[in-house]
Amino acid sequence: MFTFTIRRLILTIPTLLFISFVIFLIVKLSPSDPTGNLPLTIPSEVREQIREALGVNKPLIVQYFLWLKQFFWLEPLIYLENTTGWNLGTEGETRLISYQTRSPVMDLIMQRMPQTLMVVGTAYVVGILIALPIGIISAYRQYSVFDQAGTFISMIGFSVPPFFSGVLVIVVFSVIIPTDSFFWLPSIYDTTHEVVDWESFKYQFRQMIMPVMVLALQITAQISRFTRASMLDNLNQDYVRTARAKGLSESVTVMKHVVRNSMIPVVTVIALGIPSIFGGAIITEQVFKVNGLGQLLIIAIQGGDVPTVQTLTFIFAILIVLFNLVADILYGLLDPRIRYD
Amino acid sequence: MKLRTALLSAAAASVLAPMAIADGHEGERGRDGDVSIIYWQAPSILNPFLSGGTKDVESASMIVEPLARYNQDGELVAWLVDEVPTVENGGVSEDLTSITWKITPGIVWSDGTAFTSADVKFTADYCMDPNGGCAQVTKFEGVTSVEAVDDLTVTVTFDKPTPFPYGPFVGGESPILQAAQFANCMGAAASACSEENFNPVGTGPFKVVEFKPNDVITMEANENFRMEGKPAFASVTFKGGGDATAAGRAVMETGEFDYAWNLQLAPDVIAKMEEAGKGTPVAGFGPLVERIMLNQTNPSADLSADDRSVIRPHPFLGDPAVYKALSMAIDRPLLVEIGYGKAGKVTCNWVPAPAAFNSTSLSCDTQDIEGAKAMLEEAGWVDSNGNGTRDKDGVELQVLYQTSTNAVRQDFQALIKQWWSEIGVGTELRNIDASVFFGGDAASPDTFQKFYSDVEMYANTFNGTDPQSYLANGLCDKAPSPATQWQGENISRFCNEEFDALHKELTATAGLEARAEIGKRLNDIMVENGGMIPLVHRGRLSAHANSLGGVILNVWDSELWNVADWYRIDG
Amino acid sequence: MTDVVPDNAQTPMAAPRSQWLDVWDQFKTHKGAMIGLIIFLVIVLSVLLGPFLWIYDPTFIDIRARNQSPSWAHPMGTDQLGRDTFARMLAGGRVSLAVGMTAMALALVVGTLVGVVAGYFKRLDGPLMRLTDLFLALPLLPLLLVIIMLFRDKLSSMFGPEGGIFILMVTAIGVTSWMQTARIVRGDVLALKEREFVLAARSIGTSPRRMIARHVLPNVLSPIMVSATLGIANAIITESALSFLGLGFPPDFPTWGRLLFDSVDYLQQYPERVIWPGMAISLTVLSVNYMGDGLRDALDPRIRGR
Repeated sequence: MFTFTIRRLILTIPTLLFISFVIFLIVKLSPSDPTGNLPLTIPSEVREQIREALGVNKPLIVQYFLWLKQFFWLEPLIYLENTTGWNLGTEGETRLISYQTRSPVMDLIMQRMPQTLMVVGTAYVVGILIALPIGIISAYRQYSVFDQAGTFISMIGFSVPPFFSGVLVIVVFSVIIPTDSFFWLPSIYDTTHEVVDWESFKYQFRQMIMPVMVLALQITAQISRFTRASMLDNLNQDYVRTARAKGLSESVTVMKHVVRNSMIPVVTVIALGIPSIFGGAIITEQVFKVNGLGQLLIIAIQGGDVPTVQTLTFIFAILIVLFNLVADILYGLLDPRIRYD
Repeated sequence: MKLRTALLSAAAASVLAPMAIADGHEGERGRDGDVSIIYWQAPSILNPFLSGGTKDVESASMIVEPLARYNQDGELVAWLVDEVPTVENGGVSEDLTSITWKITPGIVWSDGTAFTSADVKFTADYCMDPNGGCAQVTKFEGVTSVEAVDDLTVTVTFDKPTPFPYGPFVGGESPILQAAQFANCMGAAASACSEENFNPVGTGPFKVVEFKPNDVITMEANENFRMEGKPAFASVTFKGGGDATAAGRAVMETGEFDYAWNLQLAPDVIAKMEEAGKGTPVAGFGPLVERIMLNQTNPSADLSADDRSVIRPHPFLGDPAVYKALSMAIDRPLLVEIGYGKAGKVTCNWVPAPAAFNSTSLSCDTQDIEGAKAMLEEAGWVDSNGNGTRDKDGVELQVLYQTSTNAVRQDFQALIKQWWSEIGVGTELRNIDASVFFGGDAASPDTFQKFYSDVEMYANTFNGTDPQSYLANGLCDKAPSPATQWQGENISRFCNEEFDALHKELTATAGLEARAEIGKRLNDIMVENGGMIPLVHRGRLSAHANSLGGVILNVWDSELWNVADWYRIDG
Repeated sequence: MTDVVPDNAQTPMAAPRSQWLDVWDQFKTHKGAMIGLIIFLVIVLSVLLGPFLWIYDPTFIDIRARNQSPSWAHPMGTDQLGRDTFARMLAGGRVSLAVGMTAMALALVVGTLVGVVAGYFKRLDGPLMRLTDLFLALPLLPLLLVIIMLFRDKLSSMFGPEGGIFILMVTAIGVTSWMQTARIVRGDVLALKEREFVLAARSIGTSPRRMIARHVLPNVLSPIMVSATLGIANAIITESALSFLGLGFPPDFPTWGRLLFDSVDYLQQYPERVIWPGMAISLTVLSVNYMGDGLRDALDPRIRGR
């Protein structure tokens, strides 16, 4: 397993380089333009000058290698300088600059990270915590009222897009319920809010309720369905009968044997989902004005901001590759018969 | 009810204003706590020279200021100067080649240093640097030099007589930057100065505490602001992002925010929000016109890349009967009612504002389907093959109608498609993501400049009150083509000798009345010769909380131009 | 050891019909599945035949009749331009169902194929999974912008504007939605491959092809079914988000997702407008889900006998 991990990690580098090039091609070829969102009163010569100043017109391959150098060499060095205080000679080098804000892309990402992790990450944890018991009980009591209700709610939850469920909860909890009521919730997420005491914690909690619930609904639906299906497959296996026959209690049989053996597809889904936490939740972030990484990405795409789109997507790619590796390792732990060597 | 609120707030304003001056001590500034503003497009930078986006220009206008501004009626008012220079008061030279601004003494930057003519000169140098990619460089068009005569006097010289010399340093797009702060940010270094671009030192009522790009700006009152007792608010929360519906809801329904910008929403949605009683929508009209541009060249996909939308004429749009019929078939009052409500008016003109430039010679406010049919019939367009669209000499009246993606535009497309089908014109619709449509990427077939369709709909406007450069968008040599990498503002490829000659005359004419006369004629030539079909004169609709006083909606300059005068109405 | 389908193993290709009859018999006893099947068929038939029977054209604008509540003339009311909502639901269902089903089918076929092959053949595992990583990492929106820029005009001239964009959308959504299925199937196959019955089958010299078809596929069916159900909902919703961003169908072309999106602004004034498309999407997804449940049970020989 160890050599496997090492080999996979080494293989990751060329894979990621290739992925980064493909992403770069796509982002560069896509026809949005950094001057596209400017008012029409700005004439085309001026737009051309803006593009020139941004370096949009340089040859494709030059831009790609510049990005590689900035991402893999310069930015880590600057990070090191900032944390250790050493001078590594990065003075005068141009950092990875966003076209829209003319500020370093890495700073933007760092700034967005907290609210994204806070909202999307919490939603993910909440979603998993709700989904697993629902999935397990639904499968164990297949076709019971609990199972039917769980299926119904989770499928509806999955087929209602957040641009609708988000607005619906806002209308109910922010508009219909009067502002001074205990149940009123803020419809706009305050990203500058800092938790310092109990009162501010309460506010943070309140402003997170709606976005977290809307997001968790989607996640719960997905994971609980996979858990249920996988559990059903395992509940009828011979080893379950054996376990029961040899007198193991029902809870040990189900929780230790069946659940463990049912986790492979669930682990895959969860591992695939974790990178998307960092990708943010584009629509939900927009509905509640959370302005996290998802909103950064969509604004950058709309604004033709190549450096930002490229960097965000690539970080996303790194996480995908890493978490898929984690999933592969977890398979081996869950089912020791699986070997890669 | 409305009138009463208006009267009350006016009364409140007249009571409060003298009190502020009478009390006149420092404690008065910031007495009303926090004001919160929401823009559904989030500001990405606070240096308007590096981004021409309205959201960036307007958010920055609370911090950095120009020498003169336009007020809500489109008149120039002195801002950081004693008076607006004119030929009469000697500020503009007799030969119209230079303008001299006299800065009001005693103005200081928010860091306490003096505001001088050197800062003004620096701003000009900063924007005119060819490597800087300044988005507002057209404001400085024709400027040969900017001289700091003394500490408080600046003279701008132009290369030729300029009847309208109020380009540089006027309006929210051209504020003054502090020379000391931006000295190292000239030219190519402009992009690297993120600290400066995010936190400019200004003379305005507020200064930045924290700027989170594309998210939120926290500001506090500028303690060195030149007017005593202003601003009334101690701090500003300027949130960006989301969509117009959510912004409107936050002000008018939940009351979480005090001011929401540019609510492009269906009229009945706005009306419903207003019912909640927490806020009021306000509308103002600039020169923005939603129009259908008619392609004067042939956009056929069978042509080569060098000829498509380049060679003239269009197979049928050059026929006066066709473009007149297309315009007659449209019910403009209905478009206004459905799409814009209070924020729209019927217009037949390319330049509907300022009032002096609004031509009255055209009329188009009644739909005339029968008249349109008869006109096509008379010109020989009949449905000879029975396929539902009229044809003549083998040419079918079948148009491709494109626009950017936006709910109101899609409704307009559907309506107009139906009206045109009633007069026997077939329509195929296409909508394109706005960032591509307006993106100007020469490699994309979908930009509005390329115009690979027969007609396209969008809105355009101009800054300030003088339309000369806007009217230049009808000049023959401004047509986009492969030779110019598809750059150019003459989108419909309109070409008319009389128009070109008349526009030349305009550039040499001084005096508002004479200029307005020529402007109106230019407008009429464009519309009557089928360059475009104007649809709706669009206004700007914003909303403010009922507890926010002093808001005067201004469409000629930044909407937040008088934020220093805003105050909280007790309630 | 009874994971293998016993009667299959004994009568290899002799009577395949009887096996499917068995499955059908079992499927019929599943109440939820039958209700799901009926609802699904009703939805499919009404969107296929409805537009021929219903009097209104989905794009016909009757501006005087705008914003009407449901009535006999307009059973679902009219929209802000006076178009008949029922006609639009029928027309929209065609597109949404077609996009959903095709994208699901593509995702299922490609996802299952990649997953099984990668899980079963060790040598192909690396390359195929790296390919999956690549596709997972591709940013959907810029990708679509590029695809539309490159291919829209060509496809439009070949299949007409609507046909062209339809092919584009379905391919784009399908191409970017098979990866999860592939990863899940592969994970299951990896575990399955080490199970005793597979070893047993291999020891008697079963060819890999038969091995996959007979022993592996039937045992990874349930995650595939779940993926299929979720895939339909996903495709319909993705389509609506793309239409909204101007990357989807022409604007006068209703789809369920788009109808839902357009009516969200009117949530307070005309709540019925969000209910119709929302209900249609949910019903479709639910019915497919129950059908999937029934099919899974029917295909499981251990349950079939019960």
